Amino acid sequence: MGLQPYLLLSATVFSIGLFGVMTRRNTIGILLGIELMMNAVNINLVAFSRYTAAVSGMIFTVFTICITVTEAALGLAIVILLFRVRRTVMADHLDLLKG
Amino acid sequence: MTEQIAFAALSVTLVGSALAVVLSKNLFHAVLWLALALTGTAGVFLLLDAEFLAAVQLLLYAGGIITIVVFAIVVTERLIGERLTQTNMRIGGGALVSAVFLGFIVVVLGKHALPASRPEMPGDLTRVIGETVLTRYVLPFELLAVLMLAGMLGAIYFARPED
Repeated sequence: MGLQPYLLLSATVFSIGLFGVMTRRNTIGILLGIELMMNAVNINLVAFSRYTAAVSGMIFTVFTICITVTEAALGLAIVILLFRVRRTVMADHLDLLKG
Repeated sequence: MTEQIAFAALSVTLVGSALAVVLSKNLFHAVLWLALALTGTAGVFLLLDAEFLAAVQLLLYAGGIITIVVFAIVVTERLIGERLTQTNMRIGGGALVSAVFLGFIVVVLGKHALPASRPEMPGDLTRVIGETVLTRYVLPFELLAVLMLAGMLGAIYFARPED
């Protein structure tokens, strides 16, 4: 099996994640969409790495996985803080900076 | 032949659970679907001969992130005292942008010749990854440790009890 099916799968998952990020109103829902997109990027990295026999892609996947975990922990901490201050999760209610 | 069957099954699981993540009304269900999607990705990694990455994916992603998100949902639900349902808005525009993006990638992929078969990997992959991380990529590896420490401190600072 060639490289192309893997890339198509990853592009599909990325697009679904993009859809989630753009349409979700809940902040935690937006974060879930970002996780999906990161996941698709990881599939891409590993697939390219395997089909070019270069191990760098897999090492970068380890790095992106760790960075994503950090990002999720920080993002959710910010969400919890936002709850305390504004008592809402909906992204369209968080319009303090809107002119 | 088995590879095609496994890939087809994993693709259906992955795309289906990803759609459920972005479309389900209940936030908690969305997180459970995300767990399935992340596990499916670990399966794709196994298909690509990356056993070590599949293990990392299951431990860090499926284990770590799902736990954190579930904790966040439990904490915030108690804070506002109502069920976290979630709705989507501007579905048409979002679907259009995603479809255009996907179409663009499909067109670009169709125009380029991609490798159709896999070259042999140099020896035991897990061993090669370990050796390369601690030799050529040792600086990014250490920076990653600093980043995770900073992230951990930041998360603790943000989520500290109110005084």
